[in-house]
Amino acid sequence: MKHTLSVLVENNPGALSRIAGLFSGRGFNIESLCVAATLDPTLSHLTLTTSGDDLIIEQIIKQLNRLVDVYKVVDVTEEGAYVEREMALIKVKAEAETRAEILRMCDIFRCKVVDVSPRTYTVEVTGPKTKIDAVVELLKPIGIKEIAKTGVIAMSREKKSL
Amino acid sequence: MAKMAGKQMFVEALKREGVQVIFGYPGGAIIDLYDALDQDGTIKHILVRHEQGAAHAADGYARASGRVGVCLATSGPGATNTVTGIATAYMDSVPIVVFTGQVPTALIGNDAFQEVDIVGITRPCTKHNYLVKDVKDLPRVIKSAFYIARTGRPGPVLVDIPKDVQNAKAEFNYDEEIKLRSYNPVLDPHIKQIEKAYHLFEHCKRPILYVGGGAVISGAHEEVRELAELIHAPVAMTLMGLGAFPGTHPLNIGMLGMHGTYCANMTMANSDLILAIGARFDDRVTGKVDAFAPHAKIIHIDVDPTSIQKNVKVDIPIVGDCRKALQKLIKVIADNGRPTETWKEIFSPWWEQIHAWEKRHPLGYKKDPNVIKPQFVIETLYGMTKGRAIITTEVGQNQMWTAQFYKFDSPRSILSSGGLGTMGYGLPAAIGAQMAFPDRLVIDIAGDGSIQMNIQELATAMEQRLPIKIVILNNRFLGMVRQWQELFYDRRYVATDFTFTPDFVKIAEAYGATGLRATRPDEVEDVLKKGLETPGLVIMEFVIAREEGVFPMVPAGKATTEMLLV
Repeated sequence: MKHTLSVLVENNPGALSRIAGLFSGRGFNIESLCVAATLDPTLSHLTLTTSGDDLIIEQIIKQLNRLVDVYKVVDVTEEGAYVEREMALIKVKAEAETRAEILRMCDIFRCKVVDVSPRTYTVEVTGPKTKIDAVVELLKPIGIKEIAKTGVIAMSREKKSL
Repeated sequence: MAKMAGKQMFVEALKREGVQVIFGYPGGAIIDLYDALDQDGTIKHILVRHEQGAAHAADGYARASGRVGVCLATSGPGATNTVTGIATAYMDSVPIVVFTGQVPTALIGNDAFQEVDIVGITRPCTKHNYLVKDVKDLPRVIKSAFYIARTGRPGPVLVDIPKDVQNAKAEFNYDEEIKLRSYNPVLDPHIKQIEKAYHLFEHCKRPILYVGGGAVISGAHEEVRELAELIHAPVAMTLMGLGAFPGTHPLNIGMLGMHGTYCANMTMANSDLILAIGARFDDRVTGKVDAFAPHAKIIHIDVDPTSIQKNVKVDIPIVGDCRKALQKLIKVIADNGRPTETWKEIFSPWWEQIHAWEKRHPLGYKKDPNVIKPQFVIETLYGMTKGRAIITTEVGQNQMWTAQFYKFDSPRSILSSGGLGTMGYGLPAAIGAQMAFPDRLVIDIAGDGSIQMNIQELATAMEQRLPIKIVILNNRFLGMVRQWQELFYDRRYVATDFTFTPDFVKIAEAYGATGLRATRPDEVEDVLKKGLETPGLVIMEFVIAREEGVFPMVPAGKATTEMLLV
């Protein structure tokens, strides 16, 4: 099963590579990883998605907690309701005959066109992974030239916080 | 506050940590620290002959004494040479702090002469590590390094110090308490878990105490004994746990695992309750996990939560210091009033069964009047020393024969590379142990393969006038691998036959030590006696039966009940 983990980690050099190294060294898989500093600049918030059975996820969480730099680990998928977002920039081929079609789709999915050139649109799409996948699928036949995705960021809903 | 150079901070910090001896090897990137050590003159430095030896010696010092071992190496090759020693300490949870020199900060990342990213290299095999880029951080980093190394589940910490940081100046403040908000090992076990554990004892019929290295590290040997005697339970130990419970105690059923006793493995396999104390269900102990102790409930005490539930499913996890957990458990059992006599009665059918297993396949070997059996050497050595020695071992058959045939009555009396299985560990570890205990008898039990992996440390031992005794069981084979080839590869002895072996007696003499050799069984006693009585370093070589095996043996991947017996 897929799990989304929120990890608070000391903003120290090497902290990220310790986490990444832990996954590779122990044969766990990272599906996506997003990191940035929190309001407290000494701490970074890292969102990591991975998958495995309960025993593996338990090991992953324990192993993360064992790292001296890791302050807190929460499995947001286990904590109940949560919101999850990913962003993608998609550069799509935009010829005269497809321009209107692309704009209509952007409208339906609430995407934004952030760059225009004679031959391309660059579309920004934000949402859960399923939505991004849907947009990508629809744009594929038109011709995607380049794609950049952020990976998932997530947070528990309501009062719960890290 | 007056300013101080990094190199002086280093010396001052070590003194504040109570460091009396460090093991190391100099080089361009560490020369300033050496100079500062010499200027100060209070800390003894042991010059090894290879940085791997320094790390193992610091490890041996730590295992024997329970204090933090310290080693020092230069950048680049000096640093990488310590890696095997660091990984060895990591696997066996030994507190050492390794200081390495680094090229000046301005050159880091430029492929400078003798530059290597040692922090990156050792990230997976240290508990934590640091690259100090600003001299202002140095005191706090060194203090944290010692704190992290010795607390919780102990382990190695590496501190990499660039040459310019060694010479830069800043204020030295070492009095601030170390508080690492992200590092809070849980030492006090939860009483609810202890009570649940007790409840399982009340209902069990066939318990076993499974004792590992964590019991030694936390100093829980008295508690293990108290608990075992209170409820009259059998005690089996892992290689790392040897000495945590007296090897001569009637409740001791021996070592378990791949080369454990038939009795210990059968007892574990047929138990209905396992209390694991600072043991981690290593694959060498469980054998095939699916077939491991199918009827047993498992209580697992460990200070490191990652060890719990890693290999086997556990019914009652108890996170905390082994000693504290056992103290609480003993109190709960004592308060609930079932006297020892009652426990004895309840477990008496279980003991009958255990004694039957013990009788069926006791630890043994076929005696031979013409050729020296290695087990006989160890037995005789035990008879002469009666457990007053600190034994270090190399890795392989010599290690397993020692574990089987020497009885360890006190903790920290066997130093052996359990987790990593590092050949070449024994001699430098013996140097470390002898430095910690100059007046005790320290014996390295070695094979002819292992001893050659760090044989250069004979020079270190001689230079320091350490009276280490080295027992070499020479079968001119890499014995353990040969044994696997014999059993599982149709006796194709590929790359395990040492067609060339040096003359170990002459090696001893070349280093200025004493060399003795026995080639016949009737010489064993005399050589051991003479070797132990001769002052200074002595190498005793025993030319043993070439194709002797270590038995019992659980073939890799098999259940522990599927043992190959003698």
